[in-house]
Amino acid sequence: MSNEGVIYRISGPVVTATGMNAAMYDVVRVGHEGLMGEVIELHGDKAVIQVYEDTSGIRPGEPVLNTEETLSVSLGPGLLTQIYDGIQRPLPTLEEEMGVFITRGVDADAFDLEKIWTFEPQVAKGDTITSGQVIGHVQETETIIHKIMIPPGKGGVVKSIESGDFNVTQTVCVLEDGTELQMMQKWPVRTPRPFQQKYAPETPLITGMRILDFLFPLAKGGAAGIPGPFGSGKTVTQQSLAKYSDAQLVVYIGCGERGNEMTEVLDEFPHLIDPNTGKPLMERTVMIANTSNMPVAAREASVYTGITIAEYFRDMGYDVALMADSTSRWAEAMREISSRLEEMPGEEGYPAYLSSRIAEFYERAGRVETLNGDDGSVTVIGAVSPPGGDISEPVSQGTLRIVKVFWGLDAGLARQRHFPAINWLNSYSLYPQSLDQWFRDNIAQDFPEIRTQISGLLQIESELQEIVQLVGSDALPSDQQLTLEVARMIREFFLQQNGFHDVDAYCDIHLQYQMAKAILSFQDAAKSAMASGAVLNDVVNVPARSDLMRGRFEKGYIDIIADMVKKMTDEIADTVEDN
Amino acid sequence: MTGKEYRTITDVKGPLVFLNKTEPVAFGEIVTLRLSNGTIKNGQVLDTSDDLVIVQVFEGTAKIDRQSGVTFMGDVFKLPVSTDLVGRILDGAGRPRDGGPEIVAEEKADIIGAAINPYSRQSPNDFIQTGVSAIDLCTSLVRGQKLPIFSASGLPHNDIALQIARQAKLKDSDEEFIVVFCAMGITAEEYNFFRSDLERTGALENAVLFVNLADDPAVERIITPRLALTAAEYLAFEKDYHVLVIYTDMTNYCDALRQIGAAREEVPGRRGYPGYMYTDLAMLYERAGIIKNKKGSITQFPILTMPGDDITHPIPDLSGYITEGQIVISRELHQQGIYPPINVLPSLSRLMGSCIGEKTTREDHKSVSDQMYAAYAQGRELRGLVAIVGEDALNERDKQLLDFSGVFEDKFLRQSRDEDRSIEETLDLCWTLMSAIDTKYLVRLDQKWIDKYHPDNRA
Repeated sequence: MSNEGVIYRISGPVVTATGMNAAMYDVVRVGHEGLMGEVIELHGDKAVIQVYEDTSGIRPGEPVLNTEETLSVSLGPGLLTQIYDGIQRPLPTLEEEMGVFITRGVDADAFDLEKIWTFEPQVAKGDTITSGQVIGHVQETETIIHKIMIPPGKGGVVKSIESGDFNVTQTVCVLEDGTELQMMQKWPVRTPRPFQQKYAPETPLITGMRILDFLFPLAKGGAAGIPGPFGSGKTVTQQSLAKYSDAQLVVYIGCGERGNEMTEVLDEFPHLIDPNTGKPLMERTVMIANTSNMPVAAREASVYTGITIAEYFRDMGYDVALMADSTSRWAEAMREISSRLEEMPGEEGYPAYLSSRIAEFYERAGRVETLNGDDGSVTVIGAVSPPGGDISEPVSQGTLRIVKVFWGLDAGLARQRHFPAINWLNSYSLYPQSLDQWFRDNIAQDFPEIRTQISGLLQIESELQEIVQLVGSDALPSDQQLTLEVARMIREFFLQQNGFHDVDAYCDIHLQYQMAKAILSFQDAAKSAMASGAVLNDVVNVPARSDLMRGRFEKGYIDIIADMVKKMTDEIADTVEDN
Repeated sequence: MTGKEYRTITDVKGPLVFLNKTEPVAFGEIVTLRLSNGTIKNGQVLDTSDDLVIVQVFEGTAKIDRQSGVTFMGDVFKLPVSTDLVGRILDGAGRPRDGGPEIVAEEKADIIGAAINPYSRQSPNDFIQTGVSAIDLCTSLVRGQKLPIFSASGLPHNDIALQIARQAKLKDSDEEFIVVFCAMGITAEEYNFFRSDLERTGALENAVLFVNLADDPAVERIITPRLALTAAEYLAFEKDYHVLVIYTDMTNYCDALRQIGAAREEVPGRRGYPGYMYTDLAMLYERAGIIKNKKGSITQFPILTMPGDDITHPIPDLSGYITEGQIVISRELHQQGIYPPINVLPSLSRLMGSCIGEKTTREDHKSVSDQMYAAYAQGRELRGLVAIVGEDALNERDKQLLDFSGVFEDKFLRQSRDEDRSIEETLDLCWTLMSAIDTKYLVRLDQKWIDKYHPDNRA
C-alpha cells in the first residue's frame, strides 16, 4: 500500500478512495486538482473522505494523495487581523488567487511566511526549557505581544538562541539535542492543546451590556449559549460582544451565516476602537468566515480551526473570547455529512454523536494554568439558531446541557423593539456564586444584593402583569402600581440598550451599578413620598427622572448621575408638599 | 465531447435512474437519455462510483426502460449566456419557450455558481425606492439585498412583487432594473398574469423569464432558479446591469427537493425535508449582492407561500435565517380589503440601517419609522384590550393610539396597485397621520424633527 490511492465513489462532499494507506483524520488531496479533504471513515480498503471544496466534475479513477498529516492550523506571528475561511486560508489571498468567486484547488499559506518579525529572546544559552515555555517575544500588533512558545512535547537545553529579525520559518533557537525551533508551529485542530490544570473561573467577562454583566454574568473561561429565532438579534449580540468585551483577544467565527453580514463586520471592525485599550479592534481579532454557501465540510472544520487558534493565544497567558455564530450551522454540516455516510441517525436526522461533539467543543473553553505556568482563558459564546425558535430541538438541548450561561433571545421582545431582546425571566447564569467576590471587591460591596433586588422586581412584575391582563392596572393598589413603574424603569432605562448608539452601546460596569442604584433610589424615594401622601402620577412624572433616564445617551454620564439622582429624589420629596 | 451510449440501466425509481459499470463519470455531469421511442431526456449525475451511477432525470422518468440509452456529456450543467437573454422567455431547463432562436452563447456558465468571497463583497447601502409606503418606510430595500415575501395561498403576493418590479428604482435616478423572473411550479394562469403584466408595462423587453409550470417536471425545478441566477450573475457582474431576481414559488422548489431526497432514501429532517435544505437554499439566496469594483448588483425577491400560514414551517424558517429580513403578508389585512396587506410588525429589513437617513432618504426616516411602528404596535395591542373592557375604559393616550392603528391601515398601508409614492411623500404622509396623536405621546420622535416636519410647525 502506498500513500496514493484512486477515487472509487463521489457523492457530494463525500468521496471514497481505495488502494491508499490511510489513518483516521489524515488530510488528503483529492483528484487532479488536489482538493483538500480529510479521512473520516475506514472500511477495509476504502477510505471515506470529506472534501472541503466543491466536487463537481471529479471522476472515479482520479488520484488521491495522502499527506499523512492531520488537519492542522499554522500558529505564529501574523495570525492577528486575519480573515480566514473554515480551513485557515486567508480570504484576501483567495481573492488574489482565484478572483471574487471562491472556486477550488487553491492552497494558501495561513499568513505571510516571508514577513520579517523582530524576535526578542526570553531565555538564554544553557537554560533548560520545557514544553510550552515562552522562548521569545514578538510585538505583533500595538496591543498584543505574540509569545513564541516551544511546541508541546518538545524541550531541552538551549544551545543557541538569537535575537533580531526573522521570518516565521527561520530557526531562532537550537536545543542541545539538535532540535531547531521556529516561530511558527502547527497543531491538529481536533486535538485540544494541553495545559497543566483547569481552574474554577472567578473573573467576569465584562461585556458592557447591562443585562449580561449585571444580571447574567459570564466568567472568563466560561461558556455561554445564545439561542434565538431569526430576527431576534443573535448576530448583533455576538458582534457587540466581539466589539466590547474585555477579552484581550477575540476569535470570531462566522459559521454558515450571511455573506453580507461578514462583509459588514469586515468593513466595520478596522474603524472601531477597543474601549479597553483605545486601539483599533482589528488588532486583537482573528476572523473566520465560512458563509452558508461555502463548502459544508469546511464549515464543519471552521469551529475547530477557531478554537485551536483561541487555545494557542490562551497558552500565552491571554484571556481569549471566542464567538461562534452559529453553532446550529455547524451541527447541520455534521448532519449533512453523516447522512452522506449513511449513518444511523439520532434525533431529527442529526448524528447520534451530536451532543458529545457539542460537549467536546464547549469543554475546550476554560480558565487554565498553561504549560508555562501562566494563567489564561478561553471563553466560548455560541449562538444557536433553533428552527422556529423552539429550543427543545437537539442542538439547543445539547448546548444547554453543557453551558453554564443561557442568554435566551425572545422574538416577542424583538418585535417590541426591546433590544437586546434577551428574556430576563428564562435566561440564567450559574456563575454568580463564583463571581460575587470579584464584584464585591472591585465594584461595590453590595453589588450582589443590588442584583438580587433588581431581578426580584422583574419577577414580581411578571406576576403582577398577569393580574393586570385581567383587571387593568388601575385596579391595583398604589404600592403595586409603583412596583410596575419601577420595573418598567428597569426595562426601559436599564435592560434596553442601543447597540448602535455611540455612547449607549458600551456601558461601564461601574456605571451599570450606579444606574441600578438609581432605580432603587427612585423606588425608595417614591415609597416614602407616597407614604406621606404624594400621588403616584406626580412622583412618576417629576422632570428630573426623565432627565436621569435620557442621560445615559450622553458622554460623561457617570460623573453626573449621582447629582441627577439627588435632584430626582428632591423633586419626588417635593411632590408631598404640593398636595 | 460526447461519449459512448450505455444501455446498462438497472433500476428506475422516482426521478432517479441507476446504472451499472460505466467509464468513470464525473460528479454533477450532464446526461442525455434516449428512450426507445426516440424521446430525449436530460439528467445530472448525483452519485458516481466504479460500480454504480445515479442520475437524476429532470423531465421525469416516464417511459424510461432498461433499453434506454444513456450518454454522458462530459461536462457539468452549463447555461449559454449572452446579453441576447434579455427579452427572452425560456423554459425551466433553459430552452427557448417563446418560439425564438436558441441563445447564441457568449460564454457558458456553470449553473451551480461559486460562493462570493466575503472579503470581495461590498456592503449594500443604496436605498431602492419601491413606491410602496409600507416597504419603503419600515422594511427599506437595499440594492444587493435578498428580501423574501412570506405569503400564503390566496394572498396577492404576485401583485406586490409585480408592483415592486415595476416601480423599483434608486432614488433620484432613472436607472432601471433588469428583471430576471423565475417561475417554479406556478400555474399557467399565474404565469400568464405575470407575463401579460410585464408585456403591458413594456418591462418584458428588459426581462428574462425562466418558466417551470405546475405541470412541468418537478425535478426540473431544482435547476430553474440556478439557471435564473446564473443569467443574473452574468448580467450583473459581467455586463454591469442592476438585476432584480423574482422567484416564485420557493415552496414548490423545496417540495421538489424533498421529492428527490425521498427517492434517494435519504434520512429526512423536519417535515420530511432533507437535512441539507438550509445549505441548498443558501446556495440560491447567497447569490445576491454587490462585488467590489463591479458596477452591477443582484437583488433578490423570493416569494414563498407558508403552508398553513405557519411562519415556523421549515421553508419560511430556514429562509428567514438566510435572507436579510422578510416582508410578511397578512391574511387578516387582506380580508379587511387592504392592499398591499403587509403586516409591518413581523416584517424586517436587516440592511435598513445602512441605507436610510440624511444622505440617502431623509434625515427623519429612522425616527419616523420607529414612531409609526411603535404607535401601530401599541394600537394593535389595545384592540385586544378593547374587546374585553370596551373602548370607554381607555385613557386619552390609548384612545388616540387605537384610532391611529386604524388610520395606519387605511391611509398608510392602503394604496392602489399603480400608485408610486416617493419616499418624501411617504414620510410627509406619516407626519400628517401622526399629527392626530398628541405630540407628548410621540416619544420616539426627536424634538428637532417635530420642529421641522410636524404639520403644526410647517404651516
